[in-house]
Amino acid sequence: MITSLIFFWSDLSPMMWFGLKLAQVAAFVLILSVILAFLILMDRKVWAAVQMRRGPNVVGPFGLLQSFADLLKFVFKEIIIPAGSDKSLFILAPLITLVMAFLAWAVVPIAPGWVMSDINVGVLYVLAISSLGVYGIIIGGWASNSKYPFMGALRSTAQMISYEVSIGFIILTVVFLAGSMNLSEIVSSQAGGFYNWNMFRFNPYNTYGWWNLLLFPIMFYMGILFFISALAETNRPPFDLPEAESELVAGFMVEYSSTPYLLFMFGEYLNMTLMCAMFTILFLGGWGAPIEIGVQFIPPVFWFMGKCLFMFFMFAMVKAIVPRYRYDQLMRLGWKVFLPVSLMSVVIVSTIVVFAGGAS
Amino acid sequence: MLTVISFYLLAFISIASAFMVVASKNPVHSVMYLILTFFSAAGLFILMGAEFLALLIIMVYVGAVAVLFLFVVMMLDVDFVELKQGFLSYLPVGVLVAVILLLEMLMVGAAYFAGETKTVVVRDAGISNLEAFGQVLYTDYAGVFEAAGFVLLVAMIGAIVLTLRKRDGVRKQIPFEQISRTKETGLKVVDIEPGVGIE
Repeated sequence: MITSLIFFWSDLSPMMWFGLKLAQVAAFVLILSVILAFLILMDRKVWAAVQMRRGPNVVGPFGLLQSFADLLKFVFKEIIIPAGSDKSLFILAPLITLVMAFLAWAVVPIAPGWVMSDINVGVLYVLAISSLGVYGIIIGGWASNSKYPFMGALRSTAQMISYEVSIGFIILTVVFLAGSMNLSEIVSSQAGGFYNWNMFRFNPYNTYGWWNLLLFPIMFYMGILFFISALAETNRPPFDLPEAESELVAGFMVEYSSTPYLLFMFGEYLNMTLMCAMFTILFLGGWGAPIEIGVQFIPPVFWFMGKCLFMFFMFAMVKAIVPRYRYDQLMRLGWKVFLPVSLMSVVIVSTIVVFAGGAS
Repeated sequence: MLTVISFYLLAFISIASAFMVVASKNPVHSVMYLILTFFSAAGLFILMGAEFLALLIIMVYVGAVAVLFLFVVMMLDVDFVELKQGFLSYLPVGVLVAVILLLEMLMVGAAYFAGETKTVVVRDAGISNLEAFGQVLYTDYAGVFEAAGFVLLVAMIGAIVLTLRKRDGVRKQIPFEQISRTKETGLKVVDIEPGVGIE
């Protein structure tokens, strides 16, 4: 079925291809947005549950329609643009955040063959696009022409650049093990069961043989580091220094209201789900079932979404139970702990890969 | 046809935004146009089939270098009106640089069309961009590659040395001591005599 799909795409005339791809992208964006609306609700519900509150429960059954009510509320409010701001950049900033957050999803494989664009350098593409997300924040902070937004933007940018480095190295270990930068191939290299996933590599009968027992602790640790770096990268608590409301009001978003604010918020949550998806793909075997006996009737997309949901739940729990870091501690953690450790792991993992002669 | 359309679109955007880098009044806008230039250049690379190089340009130049540009430019305290005065006095230097660059490009173009240049040959067809890079970079040019890395290392150490200064009277945090603080080392129980106070 997959090959016939590929032939289908390559046989089309360019204009036809353009139109169909556009429709596909539009459908994907729509579905992702609707899913995200419920994820935001879930985030708030989990947070409320930890604090023994009920969370949103008025709009719709169990508050299910709360996100849509919020959408309408934001959209119908007046857009206030500060007089001293740089107007074009002020409007551009949230758009950049949102567009970059959506763009990265183009290479994320959801199930076998279910991917917008199956490119060879998928990992690099995700890294490149997520490094562009910084611009939305730094431009937004600067264009507001105000002190707190600018400080928030500077903090946020420094934080995101720092943690991007360690994320890059951590992803590199996975790329070495899979021998490919194609996200679909990274997923299929972990197929077979949960003992082949990069997070829990304790199956001595796959590519790297008994070396897996040495790789297991390293990769498990890398998975944890990736999760923490992802928290820092998406400005989530405990690393939400850019929007630390006790110090900076709301960081780079202080001057934003109504729809532009909504776009910022939406982009942030999209980035979070992207990080959940990346963690699922890189460390939890993507669409693969944990045990491949007797569960073939469940479609792969279910596993992918289930794992993503679990990761999102973890994000929400961390927000609820971990206190905020101090800024200098955050930078020290990034540069003096995560960077050396991940660099060392890259060296060790690549040595093992060459020595055990796994991926070519 | 789609390739041609995208080529002309990207080429036009890159040249127009490169012009705007010089022409725009606000330095921050200049940097923004520079980013757009990088971006369209990356698009051109993708059209040529060099997707690895394109993504590397976006990651390194747009994602890191241009952010630092933006940092510096945003924090500069410059008077934009003053900056524009005496703009024309730099004209001779600018024209000189432009002429030199144009001549160089013409030379390269002439050499190319005269057929005197070497062409890049792919070692074996059917491998991805990334593998092709790896095969050349870590074998034939390993020495040069390491030398480039060494130059960057020296530059990094130089930057650190330049900004490293010893200041007296600054209370520094020692994280190890903070973390390893226990009740015994951090707490002192004192019986206070009435009317005496502590120490």
